[in-house]
Amino acid sequence: MKFIYQTWWKVLTVLVILYTLFAGLLLGVPRLPIMHETIRNVYFHVPMWMAMFTVFTISVVYSIKYLMSGKPEHDLIAVECANTGVFFFVIGLVTGMMWAKYTWGEYWSNDPKQNSAAIAFLLYCAYLVLRNSIDEEQKRAKISAIYNIFAFPVMIVLIMILPRMTDSLHPGNGGNPAFGKLDLDNRMRVVLYPAFIAWSFMGVWIASIRYRISLIEYKKNAID
Amino acid sequence: MSLLSQTRHLLKKEILLEWRSKYAFNGVLLYIVSTVFVCYIAFNLSAGFTESKGYPIVWNVLFWIIMLFAAVNAMSKSFLQESKSRLLYYYSIASPQAIILSKIIYNILLMSLLSILALLVYMLFFTNTLGDALYYFVIVLLGSISFATVFTMISAIAAKAGNGGTLMAILSFPVVIPVILLLIRSSKVAMDGLERGLTYGNVGILCAINVIVIGTSLILFPYLWQD
Repeated sequence: MKFIYQTWWKVLTVLVILYTLFAGLLLGVPRLPIMHETIRNVYFHVPMWMAMFTVFTISVVYSIKYLMSGKPEHDLIAVECANTGVFFFVIGLVTGMMWAKYTWGEYWSNDPKQNSAAIAFLLYCAYLVLRNSIDEEQKRAKISAIYNIFAFPVMIVLIMILPRMTDSLHPGNGGNPAFGKLDLDNRMRVVLYPAFIAWSFMGVWIASIRYRISLIEYKKNAID
Repeated sequence: MSLLSQTRHLLKKEILLEWRSKYAFNGVLLYIVSTVFVCYIAFNLSAGFTESKGYPIVWNVLFWIIMLFAAVNAMSKSFLQESKSRLLYYYSIASPQAIILSKIIYNILLMSLLSILALLVYMLFFTNTLGDALYYFVIVLLGSISFATVFTMISAIAAKAGNGGTLMAILSFPVVIPVILLLIRSSKVAMDGLERGLTYGNVGILCAINVIVIGTSLILFPYLWQD
């Protein structure tokens, strides 16, 4: 827990993100038909999903921990991570849609990957609605933790497995090339991998700030 | 008592209760028949529908949508109908795993029976020649099992949260959409009478989803019932 109160990794995260922003726009990229310069979107789109997976995983871990321990702090971490994850989910969808407009021709082209992502978004919206529907704090924490654990594997199946089984236009699905194959050379790797790590930590940072705010609120409302 | 004998007794109790009142079964069956009939009348208002090119696609999709809503209606009763004091009594005599397991098995039986009857009624009104009727039948059974496993756990969560219907739909639809997509895709292959091997991947994922859902239900339900 001490980790989230330290400063050094936050500074490092900001520096690395600044580096990926500039390097992502300035360094050379492979020239590919249709894609052209839009390939740079991979630096900004994919890291959002990495950040989302990171915070959702933390959320599930703390939901499990909550069921084990019953500490309200664990529930706060789980919900704030889920909130942050939904935020990155939206940015991930929007950046993907912008890229899709220039390469596939439409913002939303009924692609399995897009549809699955939309369904997974509904899943986490349902989690947040479920939380609002219960007034009693402990009951809310427990039931939403259970639903969160239930939802996580479904989200993985939706985003990672199902689109790979069908004809998706999305890179990495339906036999399309993705990382490590045709379109990604070493020039891109030096930007992409740091971006994954840095944005994941950015997600953790945002979630930790949200957690600290809600912890203060929780303590303020508590009866001594 | 061991888990198995507890499950068996609870299952016997569920079936006996249902046999006495026949409420859930008859209610949902009537729901299905009237939905099918409404669809039949509504679609036949536009002349030439049965000869149109999109007819087989509509046939397949419509069947699964009717099944989906029937399943929500049938399954939401499984925990909502239990009074709080009766649940407390179960928990004092049986393990929570036995309770959820008996509910899942009971729901699988109920859904299988309902979906077979629904398919028969549906085929009576919406005439269509199934290419591979036996395999379509198998996929319908698999679908009813998948609906039962997913909806049982969700109905337990919804019943615990205390406002049944709406929450049940909100919570279950995102979870059940991947299941229904796989089902529609596999059943379309069976309907067109294409090679069965095309769907084995989908069927495998469906079975895997069922195993995961039953596993997580068994692990999570003990945490859910305690107040």
